[in-house]
Amino acid sequence: MLIKNSAVAGTLESSDAQVTIEPGNGLELNIQSSVLNQYGRQIKAAVLETLNRLEVTNAKVTVIDKGALDCTLKARVECAVYRSCDQSASNIPWGGIIK
Amino acid sequence: MIQRPKPDKKRLRRTMMFMNSQKPGLIKDAYIYGSDSIILDLEDAVAENQKDAARFSLYHALKNIDYGDTEVLVRINGLDTPHWQEDVRVCVAGGADGIRIAKCENAEMVHQVEEAVLAAEREFGVEEGRTLLMAALESPMGIMNAYDIVTASDRMLGCAISGGDFRKSMHVQIQRGGVEMMVARGQMLLAARAAGVQCFDTMFPNIDDMEGFQAEVIQNHQMGFDGKSIVNPKQIAFVHETFAPTEKEIVYAEKLVRGCQAQADAGIGVYTVDGKMVDIPFFEDAKRIIALAKACGVYHGDL
Repeated sequence: MLIKNSAVAGTLESSDAQVTIEPGNGLELNIQSSVLNQYGRQIKAAVLETLNRLEVTNAKVTVIDKGALDCTLKARVECAVYRSCDQSASNIPWGGIIK
Repeated sequence: MIQRPKPDKKRLRRTMMFMNSQKPGLIKDAYIYGSDSIILDLEDAVAENQKDAARFSLYHALKNIDYGDTEVLVRINGLDTPHWQEDVRVCVAGGADGIRIAKCENAEMVHQVEEAVLAAEREFGVEEGRTLLMAALESPMGIMNAYDIVTASDRMLGCAISGGDFRKSMHVQIQRGGVEMMVARGQMLLAARAAGVQCFDTMFPNIDDMEGFQAEVIQNHQMGFDGKSIVNPKQIAFVHETFAPTEKEIVYAEKLVRGCQAQADAGIGVYTVDGKMVDIPFFEDAKRIIALAKACGVYHGDL
């Protein structure tokens, strides 16, 4: 998907993550997390897997993680991407590209 | 990916705990509290500009979190909003056990949701008829049409009154003793029992007033409700205790069930147990109590 606009999804509450996505050249990933030492690699893998699945190749992605589970990270990244494309409100391909 | 067992219309639902679908901290471990059902909310708990995010969050929770024996229902947005159709799609795609229709006022609204559910089951390859429905009655019109609503679809598991909106529409405040909703509760119960579906009372909003809460739960049980909506885990234990049959009820029910067959074989219709006259309806009720005791985990006999 082509990132045209900046978009944010998620909150800074415990067990959540706030994901900001902006237009960019190539993938630029910035992760802040209170559990970066323990889970940094897993968080990065989950975010990258989701971006790859959505075929996002050019974007600046900032993740502020507050101890989110993988399924929450996925949900926040997907929502931010769909919001940036203005497609988040309906006809989401549940079980297709969103899985 | 989690595959949930096929939903059971008649299962035990003493407590239905509301959870905001938009809050990962809440929904990730909602099953540990032991409520019979949880209701993941897409409606009032979710801000208008977060409806989309709540659906993504809900989808992955349904697919990745093992809620075990806890039933997972989803409250969708009202039919007068632009959100409800996508809500139905995500519920069905995620494999939710059922959908709670908010602000249900007539059978036509049930039909509209049922159509969308069936379309979604076909779209996502979910077994047709799997997704259950229940109606939240929140207005005088909803109560007046309760029987039509609960008989509008084979998927209907039951109905619940929603006190907040209902009291506002009646220009009344919550009262000790529940006089302000007595007729509505009663009428809804009649409709549900006439239709053979379950019936649930509204949540008690003042979490710190345990005494008021307990009085309401006891009254709910006396009136014949199957269960209650709750908003805090600390409300679960008292409801479960109150709705489970007592030891005395179980012993009596056992005696009835054992005695009845022998009497019937002997060609006797009406007879007495412990000095009380009983007949066939008592036997049916005794079987219900044994089944309820089993479901509540308080039956240790061999029937």
